[in-house]
Amino acid sequence: MSLLKRVAEQERKSVSFRLDGKALTARAGDSVLTAVLTQAGQLRRTEFSGAPRAGFCLIGCCQDCWMRCEDGQAVRACTTEIAEGMRLLSGVAPIAGEAE
Amino acid sequence: MSRPTDKVIDTDVAIIGGGLMGTSAALELRRQQRSVVVLEQGWCGAQASGVNYGGVRRQGRAACQLPLSQRAHAIWRRLGQTIGSDGEYIASGHLKLARSDADMQELIAYRDMATAYGLELELLEPDALRRRYPWIGDKAHGASLCAEDGHANPRLIAAAFARAAEQAGARLLQQSAVEDFRFDGNYFLLQNSRGVRVRSRFLLNCSGAWGKEIAQRFGDTVSEQAIYPNMCVTEPLPPLMSLSLGVVGGAFYARQVERGNVVLGGGRGDGNLALDATRPRTSSSFKALAALTEMVPALRNALVIRTWSGVEGETPDHQPVIGPSAATPGLLHAFGFSGAGFQLAPAVGEVLAELVTKGESSTPIEAFSVKRFAVQQPSKQESKV
Amino acid sequence: MSASPASLQIVIVGAGPAGVRAAQTLAEAGLRPIVIDENRRAGGQIYRQPPPGFVRSKKELYGFEAAKAEALHDSFEQLRAKIDYRPDTLVWNCTPGQLDLLHAQRHAEQPYTHLILCTGALDRVMPFPGWTLPGVYTLGAAQVALKAQGCVLDGRVVVAGSGPLLYLLAYQYAKAGADVVAVLDTARFGGKLRALPALLRQPATFAKGLYFMSWLRAKGVPLFDGVDDIAADGKQTIQSLRWTRGGKTTEIACDALATGFGLRSETQLAELAGCRFVFNELNQQWLPQCDDVGRSSVPGVYLAGDGSGIAGADAAELSGRAAALALLQDLNLPANAAAKAASAEESRRLAQTLRSNLQFRQGLETAFPTAVHWARDCADDLVICRCEEITAGQLRRSVQQEGTVEINRLKALTRVGMGRCQGRICGAAAAEILAHAAGVSVAEAGRLRVQAPVKPIPVGAALAEEEQA
Repeated sequence: MSLLKRVAEQERKSVSFRLDGKALTARAGDSVLTAVLTQAGQLRRTEFSGAPRAGFCLIGCCQDCWMRCEDGQAVRACTTEIAEGMRLLSGVAPIAGEAE
Repeated sequence: MSRPTDKVIDTDVAIIGGGLMGTSAALELRRQQRSVVVLEQGWCGAQASGVNYGGVRRQGRAACQLPLSQRAHAIWRRLGQTIGSDGEYIASGHLKLARSDADMQELIAYRDMATAYGLELELLEPDALRRRYPWIGDKAHGASLCAEDGHANPRLIAAAFARAAEQAGARLLQQSAVEDFRFDGNYFLLQNSRGVRVRSRFLLNCSGAWGKEIAQRFGDTVSEQAIYPNMCVTEPLPPLMSLSLGVVGGAFYARQVERGNVVLGGGRGDGNLALDATRPRTSSSFKALAALTEMVPALRNALVIRTWSGVEGETPDHQPVIGPSAATPGLLHAFGFSGAGFQLAPAVGEVLAELVTKGESSTPIEAFSVKRFAVQQPSKQESKV
Repeated sequence: MSASPASLQIVIVGAGPAGVRAAQTLAEAGLRPIVIDENRRAGGQIYRQPPPGFVRSKKELYGFEAAKAEALHDSFEQLRAKIDYRPDTLVWNCTPGQLDLLHAQRHAEQPYTHLILCTGALDRVMPFPGWTLPGVYTLGAAQVALKAQGCVLDGRVVVAGSGPLLYLLAYQYAKAGADVVAVLDTARFGGKLRALPALLRQPATFAKGLYFMSWLRAKGVPLFDGVDDIAADGKQTIQSLRWTRGGKTTEIACDALATGFGLRSETQLAELAGCRFVFNELNQQWLPQCDDVGRSSVPGVYLAGDGSGIAGADAAELSGRAAALALLQDLNLPANAAAKAASAEESRRLAQTLRSNLQFRQGLETAFPTAVHWARDCADDLVICRCEEITAGQLRRSVQQEGTVEINRLKALTRVGMGRCQGRICGAAAAEILAHAAGVSVAEAGRLRVQAPVKPIPVGAALAEEEQA
């Protein structure tokens, strides 16, 4: 399942990250949104109905693509570049940090 | 100045100010079969009543407020019956945190005093505090718990009181400021910006930060200044804070609503009463956030999505002005709640109705008399969170 | 007002076409503005640059606009040494004389004496059943995915809505290898005919639109106009799309949908800066009031580009220069009479060009109207506010039961517009529903008030600040 398909810029350095605990790779320069949606179908669930969301405007306006990392940090997927070792969650994540 | 219409609305009681004080009084007066007209310059409940923190709290109030606060507490418990909606009121408990041993001593002293007013508070030492509320960080030196205090949604409560008053037969004249005020010795005659005139035997001054202006027109001396409490709110978060939180000294007050947002107050914003303009202040928001996350570390990863401020009236001693005018018979005041009016409002309405119908109230309100300003400026007492 | 260069602190917000030309104009006059931009690289949306290291040529990225994009990017590169450039920086609040910034999760304050707001725009959308499903994006989003990330929406893509971007996007997508299975235009051919005289004021633009349509037809991409009542279905993502046309309903299987009706200005900072707003009938939006060259109602605050009214990229470049010239004229710096006269004459010409551009915009609105009835006539269970999941029914009940007639009151009572996006996405639809239910005009329904932060900021930024204090 993927919502985005790569059609250009295929020759880029690989970046490793985790999504819901699963090890995946993306390309350097991918936004978090691209890194996830080229291999998954959602970014988050709404707080109220639990409906899945996968972003909407891609330019940092709609605020529908906020994801949480395992350490509790919030990232806006479309305006944040994927970084080596990121541990992302695409469901409702706990907000307490790992090393409290 | 608008041209007066020919019609004059005759009513028992005219109320200036459609916030919580005015609309709860209107509702109670209708129950006592008095005719009521409420005059509101904007929308009912859109000022302090609708944008405040939403704390429904007895703990922390000065002794002189506790009888009124206890009376209000009983009304909050049956709010659904009173106004037909619960406005998201929840008796979650209110926890007042100590950040030092001196703070803890203050909480102990307050607990001892409050017992006499029927307010039972439970003191928690640090270990017990953390066992019961593991989300409170280890910087807390203890806390005082009032198990039946809580919080509600001020936007919904204010609107609900207005609606209930209207459904009970009160007439609400919104979106129009009162421009002309007269008293002929027996009757008050008001005219609003649409030219509507209202004549009444009694006038209730429930105009919040504008209360002093109205009071002075009728000969009362009042000290009141406009303040602009600073507020923030986070994105919706998973459930974390099971009760409303405060801290000795008042650096912050925070609650998590059912939808998950954490509402946080602390410090001051900026504003201009004449322009009815307010704005939050970044430094105040940041200080409150720092104080909050020191006590609730898990909120460090939250997003702040909105900040705001509102207009509130504050007196030098932080006590409201409630009771009869010292200069004009038939005029009753209820304003200047200094940031702590929300919980009191249902009882203030009943007290005002009692003053109209019986000339006196069963709840002691002498400490709030308008006469205190004419005598001297009382020193500021530690009165709220 | 006259000020010495030493006491000046001119801040330009936005490094798109308007912001770049404004910065260039000020730099040419010997000033050193601060240029703050949310994105990593200059160019705004239409000339958005991919991250460093991406290899496609300007031609591949921007097609017919390649020369303009290149010119803009080159101008900016030459400017960099002459300006104080702050990329990856969000301006989240504006108070008199001061901005609040967020950069790398840290807060900073930026004082200013003068402001040129070039905050651009985002897609205007109308809600429809299924619009919150994964796989549904704005036209702009679909374009950014391709331009800035080298991706297209995966699978069978439907493009629906109206406006010039509709056909441009479908064309770019089909060319890039996406599977565009239908282009649905809600506008009718008749509307376009009526708009012809106005549209022909920019013949190049008009011709491009026709070119894209013919190219798509030649490739066998089905184009439908006069489409209405679209509805997306699917469980976890969009799986099919329905629409009506001439009384007939059609449904096709699909995996993605890109939708939009032109653009909507981003005006939050103008509001926080205290600018007076006026309801603009053409754009059906509250816009900050400004004169022909970009002076707002607040002395020292200037507006340029799509952020003050949708006018397109070419007009944005001109208005950026016009606003900067106006600022320079207002500064009344020492200059000889001839230079002043030349500047005034250029301002006059720019103002004239911008005014005449408006007539083209009028044509666009006539040719490609927004389907506001999708909001006005929608079912009660349609989610209008994506952030808070508030439905049309909730809004209508507030009008019927609580007598709500004003949009901020509606927000206070129903929570519409109270979420993370502060009404950017739902505001237009909410105003339409409120107006329709309350029997008032959209203008009478009022303007959704903005509150800082204009976009969410992490609590951590406040803590880092306090720790330093």
